[in-house]
Amino acid sequence: MTAFLRKLWSANTVALTFLSMVLAVLIGALLIIVSDADVLAKFGYFTARPSDAIESSWAVVSTAYADLLKGAFGDPQVFSAWFAGTATWQQAFAPLSETLTYAAPMVFTGLSVALAFRGGLFNIGAQGQAVLGCVAAGIAGFTFGLPVVLNLLVALIAGVVGGALWGFIPGFLKARTGAHEVITTIMLNYSAGLFLSWLVIQQGIQAPGRTDAISKTVAETAQLPSPGGVLRVHLGIILAVLVTAGVSWLLNRSAFGFELRAVGANPHAAKTAGIGVGRTYVLLMAIAGGLAGLGGATQVLGTAHALTPAVAGNIGFDGLLVALLGRNRPWGTLFAALLFGALRAGGDRMQSFASISLELVTVLQALIVIFIAAPALVKAIFRLRAARATGLGASLAKG
Amino acid sequence: MRPVRGKRIVAILAAGGLTLAAAACGQAPAEAPKTGGSTAAGAAYKACMVTDLGGIDDKSFNASAWAGLQAAKTEASNVDPKFVASSSEASYEPGLRGYVTQNCNYILAVGGLMGDVTTKVAKENPKSQFAIVDSGSGNSNVYPMQFATHQAAFLAGYLAAGYSKTGKVATYGGLKIAPVTIFMDGFADGVKHYNTVKGKDVKVLGWDKAAQNGNFAESFIDQNKGKSVTQTLVGQGADVIMPVAGGTGLGTAQVAKDSGGKLSVIWVDQDGCVSAAQYCEVFLSTVVKNIEDAVKQSVVKGAKGETLSATPGYVGSLANDGVSLAKFNQFDSKVDAALKAELEKLKADIVAGTVKVESANAPK
Repeated sequence: MTAFLRKLWSANTVALTFLSMVLAVLIGALLIIVSDADVLAKFGYFTARPSDAIESSWAVVSTAYADLLKGAFGDPQVFSAWFAGTATWQQAFAPLSETLTYAAPMVFTGLSVALAFRGGLFNIGAQGQAVLGCVAAGIAGFTFGLPVVLNLLVALIAGVVGGALWGFIPGFLKARTGAHEVITTIMLNYSAGLFLSWLVIQQGIQAPGRTDAISKTVAETAQLPSPGGVLRVHLGIILAVLVTAGVSWLLNRSAFGFELRAVGANPHAAKTAGIGVGRTYVLLMAIAGGLAGLGGATQVLGTAHALTPAVAGNIGFDGLLVALLGRNRPWGTLFAALLFGALRAGGDRMQSFASISLELVTVLQALIVIFIAAPALVKAIFRLRAARATGLGASLAKG
Repeated sequence: MRPVRGKRIVAILAAGGLTLAAAACGQAPAEAPKTGGSTAAGAAYKACMVTDLGGIDDKSFNASAWAGLQAAKTEASNVDPKFVASSSEASYEPGLRGYVTQNCNYILAVGGLMGDVTTKVAKENPKSQFAIVDSGSGNSNVYPMQFATHQAAFLAGYLAAGYSKTGKVATYGGLKIAPVTIFMDGFADGVKHYNTVKGKDVKVLGWDKAAQNGNFAESFIDQNKGKSVTQTLVGQGADVIMPVAGGTGLGTAQVAKDSGGKLSVIWVDQDGCVSAAQYCEVFLSTVVKNIEDAVKQSVVKGAKGETLSATPGYVGSLANDGVSLAKFNQFDSKVDAALKAELEKLKADIVAGTVKVESANAPK
């Protein structure tokens, strides 16, 4: 616990992450203003009456970000309505539930990428592995018809196995033939996606009575338990926390974790030290694949409940961003996934209530990641500001 | 070099600043009196739409449905349309729920994949009015809008067979999904009908209705893929092609344009001379699926306070012009008067039920 706290308060990382978010939010605000024709029109007579432009800019930006926060964490008005008895507690907690719902699969895919990265492998294949996880969990979910608990367990394990298989292939190819995992995993992403598109319209998979691309529904006993109604949040998020703890243990406390970190730091040195580099790659990719597969499984068993060609959405690629944002640490990844979940949930509301384009949220996410990925840039930007205070001429002369 | 670069930057900044300052020198408008927007808002009929993954600019059913909402505004001024774009299938449900929270009077889900989730949300909110495109209704407060597209495609098949010089016509799809293959079924049957009536043997390439198998571009946007699929079909002798593949079909139109009149194209969804006007010269006709009108009518109905009953809902057919064969545009003089008359007759026969058009992919 103390180690975790120390990590959280290692000022540099936290400050940089925070400043990255601040920068992203500022640029986002500019984009909101620029994309609003009415507000922009008011800038046309800025010199004549600046108050118009400034007020309307503030109004549009503040509503947008207020909706982002309300959509991610809860609307104070609904909370007070709940206390007054005119709204239910479910309605009050619905936004938080959305955040957790979106975050859950990203935690798994994020962990998949982060773990592989610590072993020196760049797992672009989380998407394909998640898709295979969806497929295996989905099929297990509507085929076996086992009793309660067991059915869910079997479906989850099927998801892990499906993803692990899809992770094993590039790991094996890397260990045996040296094929670069980036190339092979990208190719396997395509294969997995097209396989799913083909699979859902096959007889025995496609929902009876439907002509469009959708599979049978996962049995109720295989679905992750959820409060239902407006609360979509399901057991997957608790599973995600447990798995994060597990991955953290695996990485930092187990013998295999030590080996994979050694291989990640320097494969040649690790080999000299007697660690089986090839074996580590294969096992690592299989575990990473299994994690991503579990992410796919939570998507199908938790929210979608049926297979469609796009059921996995973008969770694998989001996993890349989440892992990067979490600096490839298990708990960091968990928090990054929660942040992205909050952005997604808030983005839904921002789009619906404030009519701000959905792309803006995607841009915000991208900006945060860009700034995180380029810490020097953030440092430079904020140092530049300090330099300006001392004298503009000095920095210009240097440039 | 350095000082020069520095000066350059200063110069650019100065020039940019001047331009901005100049742009910002406009006259301020007179202070608008604060009108009470509340009276208009009180009667407003909020028509809210949740798109499929294609987004609002897909030049297909999302765009058509949105055009319908906007068109409704011209007919019933109290209609207040808005939309959310779904980023993933997981955001269908929050999209619909968000609009329930905002008390939208009419919540439109676009696409059959949203069927189940729409039913779920509709059941939990019996007081809200929902509508869905390309799917049946799952609850009494969901107004379904479906299209018997195969009827219009049947006419297109007949037209293609009658127009073809080589005796070979073709179709291909974007993806093998029901809203696509229903066009191809109708097209193949239309050709078959022509053969039966005329005792000819016009071949259909690209789709085998019995086996439900054929050519697919696996994309709705890749024009190059459309070109290569088209060139294969042309190589096999086809001289009329109906691509059911959204933007991919533009590749076919390009091949037709380059062919100098040897190849003609039957477009789908919206009249090609409107939606892809740059290729108007190659469009023999279009199988129109009039989502825009269906959506517009239902919204206008709702805005006027009429009830939208879930059964039978709306099924666009040749009878109510929900689907149709568009004008021949630039081909008007090239299509035989006799063939045109036969098509009119055939349309009447389909409407009357004397000619049956069937497809396993048709709305049930």
